[in-house]
Amino acid sequence: MPPETLSLAGSAGTPPLARPAAPRRASWRGSRHLTGWLLAAPLALVLALFLVAPIAMIAVVSFWTATEFSIVPAFSLENYQFLLGSGVTWRVLLNTVKYAAITWAITLTLGFTVAYFLAFHVRSQAWQTALFLLCTIPFWTSNIIRMISWIPFLGREGIANSALLSWGVIDQPLDWLLFSDFSVILAFVHLYTLFMVVPIFNTMMRIDRRLLEAASDAGASGLQTLRHVVLPLTRPGIMIGTIFVLTLVMGDFITVRFMSGSQSANVGRLIQNDIGLLQYPSASATSVLLLIVTLMVIGVLLRLVDIRKEL
Amino acid sequence: MRTGHDLELVHVTKRYGDAVAVNDVSHLFRGGSYVCLLGPSGCGKSSTLRMIAGHEGVSAGSIVLHGAEVTHLPPARRGTAMMFQSYALFPHLSVRDNVAFSLRMKGVDKPARHRRAGELLELVDMARHADRLPSQLSGGQQQRVALARALVTDPQVLLLDEPLSALDPFLRVRMRAELKRLQRELGIGFIHVTHGQDEALALADEIVLMNDARIEQAGPAREIFNAPRTEFVARFMGGHNVIALPQGRFALRADDVRLAPEGAEAVVRAVEYQGGHVALTARMAGEQELLALIPEAAFFADPKHPGDAVRLAWDEGRLHRLHA
Repeated sequence: MPPETLSLAGSAGTPPLARPAAPRRASWRGSRHLTGWLLAAPLALVLALFLVAPIAMIAVVSFWTATEFSIVPAFSLENYQFLLGSGVTWRVLLNTVKYAAITWAITLTLGFTVAYFLAFHVRSQAWQTALFLLCTIPFWTSNIIRMISWIPFLGREGIANSALLSWGVIDQPLDWLLFSDFSVILAFVHLYTLFMVVPIFNTMMRIDRRLLEAASDAGASGLQTLRHVVLPLTRPGIMIGTIFVLTLVMGDFITVRFMSGSQSANVGRLIQNDIGLLQYPSASATSVLLLIVTLMVIGVLLRLVDIRKEL
Repeated sequence: MRTGHDLELVHVTKRYGDAVAVNDVSHLFRGGSYVCLLGPSGCGKSSTLRMIAGHEGVSAGSIVLHGAEVTHLPPARRGTAMMFQSYALFPHLSVRDNVAFSLRMKGVDKPARHRRAGELLELVDMARHADRLPSQLSGGQQQRVALARALVTDPQVLLLDEPLSALDPFLRVRMRAELKRLQRELGIGFIHVTHGQDEALALADEIVLMNDARIEQAGPAREIFNAPRTEFVARFMGGHNVIALPQGRFALRADDVRLAPEGAEAVVRAVEYQGGHVALTARMAGEQELLALIPEAAFFADPKHPGDAVRLAWDEGRLHRLHA
């Protein structure tokens, strides 16, 4: 379609003079829409193939049934009846939400503080960049390695316990340091705080410094400026970080497995177990449940803050 | 003629590392007057204003307002209020909440602070936009809101940092008339930083012209324009020629130069029609350029073109001797 392309370039670049007459304009419009669709097509295709189709597949399989040796493709609500009727599901779901909530609260506090320091206290841009890169250093190794490296540190004979023992702070090794909710949340915080720092830092950097001066001109104390100016203007960043952290924690299974020593469970672990037992329909149903719960949480969050408006 | 509301700078210096932004400046700003801090960019006028506001520390010297030393007081406790360049309105707050912000910080309850904000919005004629967000306002409207926000604290001195620079030329002229009106009505001191000499001439009771971190000359607008002390002042204020004569350097107003049958020989370099006047640039002997503002009617009675030989004359009495 070289002629259309030509007229498109012409009418975009030059003012009304070169604009085609009315009948031609219609075709020009048409080709513009076509170009738009074509530009969107590759990503749409990738998403359709690798995101929408698998999720649809999972949704379909969740209504199938399975025996010890076969999977039966027949519509049945059996999986959901079992899932929703079992106390284990609800306990595990609650545990998942608990991990997510605690991790969110800690990463938000840490992330906000770090971002605030970087954005408002570090004056020189060189230092800002340097410190920001420093924050990303943990990402030079894989998630799993970062997580596993906590184990020798926190174990009964680990560095933390032996240090505390030798300082005389404790006289028996602390058991709750490893393979506990503490270690799970510690690992989550370690893994995901940066996902909070980055978007918050970004929105903070976009705050006009003169607004802070205007606030102090109006007699606002540091805390009041934080509460009435910085916090509201950072809300979109906080919201994006929140979505990152919540979805990552809600969907995790490996951290919980390693750091709790298989002693606690979240929904991800349930799914993993089912898959291990080749119970694909049951795993699918659990996945759908997890997806719905996560989407509901995000839906509520988006109600609270209109990200589109604030971006 | 000091009054209680005077603002005085006493040997104020501001250094940034090795660079000196404001060098030992002393000046008395009379209470209730409209003062323009004028100068080219980087001359220290903004730093001076920001030190008065308290947004910039003072390296040496002191600032006295209303008989009290305020050098180290936080911005809100000085009795000054600042209107920022580009206004710095809080984008997440409505116009009303922007204006009421400082009252909210003081803990004034909602009905009271909204009432007061309403009064100020009335003053700047923005009451009907009270519920909008700043992003829904035009530049001129944002400026009115910024003005109302600064005035809500009842300052003795209002500091304006290039308040008109973000507006288009038409609006600029209208807003400056309004600034002047407000200042007269409120009777408080305005200190207005600008790099536009026309703005300063139009507004100021007193112009403080700064250059290179110092005050070059300060005085009433007419005095600055008619009796520039230095070549810098003459050139910066515009409308002047600086000519070197054996007795020294002199400023000569461009509208005092006329085309005459007798006078200094010169060749026309450029002719620019400016409406009421025609600006004629001519080169005299000794490579000296001279600008003549000739009344339109007089010029077109006998028009000149670039390349024409002309004679330029002026009254000796209109030569003003420069000190530097």
